Amino acid sequence: MKGGIVMVMTRLNKIIELDPANLIAVCEPGVIVGDLNTEAAKFGLIYPPDPGTVKTATLGGTVSENAGGLRGLKYGVTKHYVMGMEVVLANGEVMNCGGKNVKDVSGYDMTKLFTGAEGTLGVITKVIVKLVPAPEAKKSMMAIFKNLDDAGNTVAGIIAANIIPATLEIMDNATIRTVEDYAKVGLPLDMEAVLLIEVDGNPTVVEQEAEKVLKVLKENNAATVQVAKTAAEVDKLWAARRAALPALNKLRTTTYCEDATVPRSMVPKFLRAVQDIAKRNNVQIGTFGHAGDGNMHPTIVCDIRDKEEMARVYTAMDEMFKAAVDLGGTLSGEHGIGLGKLEWMEYQHGPVGMNAMKAIKRALDPNLILNPGKLVGEC
Amino acid sequence: MSNEITAKDVNEQDKALLRDIENSLANCSKCGGCMAVCPMFSELGVESSVARGKLALMEGVLNGQIPISENFEKAMGMCVSCKACTANCPCGIRADELIIRGRQAVVKARGLGSIKKNVFNLLQNRHLFDFALRMAGLFGPLSFKKLPRPMAAVARFPMPGMDAKRVTAPFQSTPLRSQYPETVKVDKPKMRVAFFTGCTINYAYTDVGQSVINVLKANNVEVVMPSMQHCCGTPVFTSGEVDMGKTFAKHNIETFERYDVDYIIAACGSCTEAFKIEYPHMFKDDPAMKARAEKLSKKTYEISEFLVDVLKFRTDTLGPVNATVTMHDPCHMARGIKVTRQPREVLKAIPGLNFVEMKAPDRCCGSGGSFSLAHYDISRQINDKKIADIASTKADIVATSCGTCRMHITDGLVQNNKDAQVFHVIQLLDRAYQAGKKK
Repeated sequence: MKGGIVMVMTRLNKIIELDPANLIAVCEPGVIVGDLNTEAAKFGLIYPPDPGTVKTATLGGTVSENAGGLRGLKYGVTKHYVMGMEVVLANGEVMNCGGKNVKDVSGYDMTKLFTGAEGTLGVITKVIVKLVPAPEAKKSMMAIFKNLDDAGNTVAGIIAANIIPATLEIMDNATIRTVEDYAKVGLPLDMEAVLLIEVDGNPTVVEQEAEKVLKVLKENNAATVQVAKTAAEVDKLWAARRAALPALNKLRTTTYCEDATVPRSMVPKFLRAVQDIAKRNNVQIGTFGHAGDGNMHPTIVCDIRDKEEMARVYTAMDEMFKAAVDLGGTLSGEHGIGLGKLEWMEYQHGPVGMNAMKAIKRALDPNLILNPGKLVGEC
Repeated sequence: MSNEITAKDVNEQDKALLRDIENSLANCSKCGGCMAVCPMFSELGVESSVARGKLALMEGVLNGQIPISENFEKAMGMCVSCKACTANCPCGIRADELIIRGRQAVVKARGLGSIKKNVFNLLQNRHLFDFALRMAGLFGPLSFKKLPRPMAAVARFPMPGMDAKRVTAPFQSTPLRSQYPETVKVDKPKMRVAFFTGCTINYAYTDVGQSVINVLKANNVEVVMPSMQHCCGTPVFTSGEVDMGKTFAKHNIETFERYDVDYIIAACGSCTEAFKIEYPHMFKDDPAMKARAEKLSKKTYEISEFLVDVLKFRTDTLGPVNATVTMHDPCHMARGIKVTRQPREVLKAIPGLNFVEMKAPDRCCGSGGSFSLAHYDISRQINDKKIADIASTKADIVATSCGTCRMHITDGLVQNNKDAQVFHVIQLLDRAYQAGKKK
């Protein structure tokens, strides 16, 4: 990009401090998220943001992307856990912002600004994150629905019953078929949706919540419901969800796993819109994702070397992002904008929003040397 | 018209060498899942050390962006062939095979490095190879000092291509196959098997070969060790010398076809994998040879797999082996032929033996066959983690099923001042049968 260089931060991989008294970890940006969790577990703590790539994702990367993951509904996303950081600014000066304080209204919230900035504002060299106590118990359930709306109503019903599950995942029919063909986990092919639900917390509360969830599932015509009784059964329930991306991946040469996100109540509408777009453009799309927080992963499989097909793929992407924004959603829930989604930014934010973002970019990086052209485009 | 060769010509030439894997490379979704399991990446932390980076470099050659340079060669060499990337790839990419294809392109474009070239030339001549290793065994004590632990030696003076402190396996003055007649007979044999000894067991760890024979005898199995057998070819094949690898394969196929046996057994993951998986794969474009390779492949078993799944070895005559034992799964056992249950069943059948599982038993020990010769320092770093995992089990014995793993772990234990000893699984079973006789 514009004759630039790539800064690799992976060797800044030390956990500088684990402070259980303040529920804080201070880390270098190259620390692997999974490794931080292994260390935190020694104190009975967790760092909740868990993107599917926890074993390889670095903390700096997840902070710069404001990564989400499977537990977003209950635990929030990365920005809810970043307390402070050390950043090298574009002019080479080192800035420290935030800290270990739970309450801190001293000045602009610079920490939040740099979180999710995709490296366009500075180079993060240290991160202070919040940890929380690990849940003592969890319970996993899987429900299969003949009708997509029933699955949507179930999600609404669970929330209406004042339950916030740690995980609430959905897979559409195209994904169900692909997963079944690939992993043979016993999913019925004629079903419109699968929901995977996990509640966690205090053992007594977990039992009560699981009961309530089962009631909601029944009220909303779930065709089958499975509750995992052993760790092995939990693994079995998760196998289908875990196989979703690999299964779609193996179908074709190129995979675009998008992350358009809509308000929770709009999930069934969005899934229908995606299915419609796929059909109209003759493009293969399987959708799965985090139904609980509305973060969907419409996954397009294609062959980047086939120009004619790619034209249809780009049209479908166009329509998909517009559909998400029109439903009150956003282009990206957790993967970021970079260059790939840049062209749709103005559609979501309008000229006023774009100008405000560009003003921030120009103020902090006047020579436009940090990730030039990305996230907010040319300034 | 000019006869000058331009950079573009070189790039075009290099591109042609990788053309056939263009589709396989395109399937990589660049997710980086391989980074989580790659022992090389965990030590070096650079993109070119992990499968994703290596595949990207090969794509760079195909796109005409880079030539097959010295740096490209170095990057392709930075791999222990542990197959962890392939086993964990969500896109189903066989990165281990693609990296070997990358090395093959290097050999074609740049030739093989001089040390390897000399070794492989020696290896190609079966008689010369046998002579050289026997000489190494005869004169070994002059150049290697034995250590006070079984089958371990350290060089008395600097050796080319070897770290001065490094502990290796001593070459034996009498190779295994010269210690026995070609056929080791038993009374009323239950079956007859051909033993593919492999080089490590024939020339260095003869104690493992002796145990294989003892255990089979104890189970009434007649063993024949075809005298014309030769190196399985894996070292040359994985270095990218595919054609030379094929000559080795053909020779071994022809040799073993001449014997009327029920099964073929080997006591090393890589050697078994060569017969079982690689030979049929090598001849995928030669239907006649492929059929012959497949015929042998079907009756080939690793010794513990054979004992448990085919022979159902006797357990009534086993005596106690009082020791705490942990198990290291060699890469080519765990991810090559996928045999990890059977060696454990063998160990757990032994009375008095206390089996303790270590953390990540199938993580590479860092040897990578000839990789450790070229990159002992990195090999040592990877191995130090394995030694720490072994130490935390407090085991007296590490059991494994591969000669080079045994050698490298022994070296690691010495370098880290640990007392545990390393044996092949079959040696412990042999010891149990011996103990049973004393009862």
